[in-house]
Amino acid sequence: MATSEIVHAHAAPQGFIRKYIFSLDHKVIGIQYFFLALTAVWVGMILSLLMRIHMIWPDANLPFVGHIQPETYLSILTMHGTIMVFFVLTTAPQGGFGNYFLPIQIGAPDMAFPVLNMLSFWTTFVAFVVILAAFFVTGGAPLHGWTGYPPLSAMQSTGPGEGLGADLWITSIAIFCAASLMGALNFITTTLDLRAKGMSMFRMPLTVWSWFITAILGLLAFGVLLSAGILLLMDRNLGTSFYVPLVVVNGQIMGHKGGSPLLWQHLFWFFGHPEVYIAILPGMGVASQLLSTFSRKPIFGYKAMVYAMLAIGFLGFMVWGHHMFMSGMSPYSAFAFSILTMGIGVPSAIKTFNWLGTIWGGRVRFHSPMLFAVGFVSLFVSGGLSGPFLAQPTLDIPLHDTAFVVGHFHLIMGVAAIFGIFAATYYWVPKMFGRMMNETLGRIHFWFTLIGTYAIFMPMHYLGMAGQPRRYSQFTEVAYLQHLIPLNRFITYCAIITIAAQLVFVINLFWTIFKGPKASDNPWEATTLEWTTATPPPHDNFGGHTPVVHNGPYEYGVPGAARDYIMQNEPATSPNPAH
Amino acid sequence: MSTVTPNLAIKYPRTRDTGGGDPPSYGGGNGDDRGNGGASDYGDRLRRARLGLVIGLTAVIMLFVGFTSALLVRKGLPTFDQQTNTYSRDWVPINLPWILLLVNTAVLLVSSATMEFARRDITRQAALAPVKSIPGVSLGDEQRFPWLGSTVILGFGFLAGQFLVWRVLHERHSFVNSNPSSSFAYLLFATHAVHLAGGVIALVWAAATALLHRPVESRRIVIDVAAWYWHFMALLWIYIVTLLWIAR
Repeated sequence: MATSEIVHAHAAPQGFIRKYIFSLDHKVIGIQYFFLALTAVWVGMILSLLMRIHMIWPDANLPFVGHIQPETYLSILTMHGTIMVFFVLTTAPQGGFGNYFLPIQIGAPDMAFPVLNMLSFWTTFVAFVVILAAFFVTGGAPLHGWTGYPPLSAMQSTGPGEGLGADLWITSIAIFCAASLMGALNFITTTLDLRAKGMSMFRMPLTVWSWFITAILGLLAFGVLLSAGILLLMDRNLGTSFYVPLVVVNGQIMGHKGGSPLLWQHLFWFFGHPEVYIAILPGMGVASQLLSTFSRKPIFGYKAMVYAMLAIGFLGFMVWGHHMFMSGMSPYSAFAFSILTMGIGVPSAIKTFNWLGTIWGGRVRFHSPMLFAVGFVSLFVSGGLSGPFLAQPTLDIPLHDTAFVVGHFHLIMGVAAIFGIFAATYYWVPKMFGRMMNETLGRIHFWFTLIGTYAIFMPMHYLGMAGQPRRYSQFTEVAYLQHLIPLNRFITYCAIITIAAQLVFVINLFWTIFKGPKASDNPWEATTLEWTTATPPPHDNFGGHTPVVHNGPYEYGVPGAARDYIMQNEPATSPNPAH
Repeated sequence: MSTVTPNLAIKYPRTRDTGGGDPPSYGGGNGDDRGNGGASDYGDRLRRARLGLVIGLTAVIMLFVGFTSALLVRKGLPTFDQQTNTYSRDWVPINLPWILLLVNTAVLLVSSATMEFARRDITRQAALAPVKSIPGVSLGDEQRFPWLGSTVILGFGFLAGQFLVWRVLHERHSFVNSNPSSSFAYLLFATHAVHLAGGVIALVWAAATALLHRPVESRRIVIDVAAWYWHFMALLWIYIVTLLWIAR
């Protein structure tokens, strides 16, 4: 299939394989990414459930995994983190919704390079298969956490799972890097070159801006991770010493000498911190879009929103050292990283202020997409506020590697980003599949998830301050942590309920796709270009014509207009819009 | 958008935001347009491919930025030696076959020149294609030097030269794990070779499109983008050799 040619990308394919498997259509590819992420999120979620159960019942005999050994616990932890960060938080918002809606929202018939787009998805798929394979090889999945710190990650003999399992893990990450770079290339070229007539950069919906900036971050970050991964593979398999100093493992002096484990940390976090924004920026775009649409008001401070996202993206590359305060870095570097990190609070506060300004005084319609968008803002604030705590070296030293950090990054990077994905799902499924999702099930899903995730992750801040370390397989026998067991039990119960509530979402989604009530072309009365075309959109998105854009993306509540919104493609001069 | 100026001017609007009608169409009627919507014609596709290349090269640059910073850190950091309880630098300069590397550099630079001739040749052909399609019009001499083939051969020559470099290093007992300096030399040479091999594949693909009787405009896009990629590979090679020279 790789031989299919760019020039024929737009002849509508006929056969099943060309149409649904190796499709060149960005919409099909977006749906493929979406379902890949949906599969991955269930794998990741079940792993987290196993961890939570093991923490409070360390001797339990669980189905499939049996009695969880400390090594198995670390494997589960590693795979949970890696799968969630790469195959859910990076894949769903950007690969899924970005692929589907970026071309439509800028009025393009497809991505700039459809073949590359298809390759990008299938490369991601291969990466997912490779990482899942790590579960099934001798020794099992790796133990080194999603950050893969050497020397643990850099030698074959440091533990079960650090053999072939760890090789598969790094290989999967490297393949994922290549896929993400292809995707980023496509997103940037498409945004710069395929905008419809009249779609100036400052008429682009904020979702498009967020996907565009995310793609730039990916382009600059994934190449560095790839370089770090290649060096790690060489250390593991060719006997080089980039990361490994002279070490003794199980009483044996290893052949390595003189390498620096900190080198990996620098390279990894130079990627790792922008990765946080790769996960959250699309959520910011979706939240902006939805808050404006469902408040029936223009977005408050459109340009400020764009510049804030650019500033967050730029600063995101300057702050990687705040993950390394404990590494023995110079206090002067720590000070610089600390100040820059707290600087990110400024554009983040601008965004939050503008979101609140957008719904302030609006005629808010609380449909389920809107609920999740508001939930996103709530979680962004709650999770974000603990950021400035950790950004200060003096506070980070006691809090580092405690449950406080786990609570912080799960709220902001995990749950907030997931709420962005949920908001996007409830908002766009009517366009993608032509059917409306069930509102009641959506509300049930929202309230269980919002309260559930707060109940899981808020107490973790307290656990961390009380000194509970993260990544420990078993703490129930540690004397000073005894009084924390009831709270940990509460968290596990909440996790079980919250995960069960996700079944409501899945049932709602699949019921909608097959049986849901038909959606009109513009059920939310939104203004952007995807709502001007048929539902679901035809193969070339706009049915044989290219839209011409006359308006900004958030023309709601316009005084003197016939309705309370003006579509982006309606001629601005017309006093009484036609249809 | 693109960083280059074609030697035959192709007019297209810089942006489509200001309106002013559809961009001019080249090579129309050959079934090569992306059709539906009519926004994509030959000039647009060329610009888009070049833009994509520039963005793709940014990713390659970041890969080598990562390697370079790793090299500087690894070379500069004193490391604690637990056997002697002292800090020391364990970087032993690698003994590279500089003469052979210079020959390889020369081969790559010549291939860059032949590639440029191939690019200009196909640009001219693409520009003249509409004229030639007029019945009864002949442009005379059709004999052309096989610039593209020469580039492919020189590319293989460079890769063979690199293979020789590795053989020499092996004879000198500089293996990939001998010392960080040799690790980086192998790493940089191999990564560059993989990227250059990608360029060779692109050139073979371009030659294949000629055999498949694809329209000259499509071939021109492939060759044009491959040429700029090839020039970048030459620049990258000079950077790598310079870096290894400085880091001796």
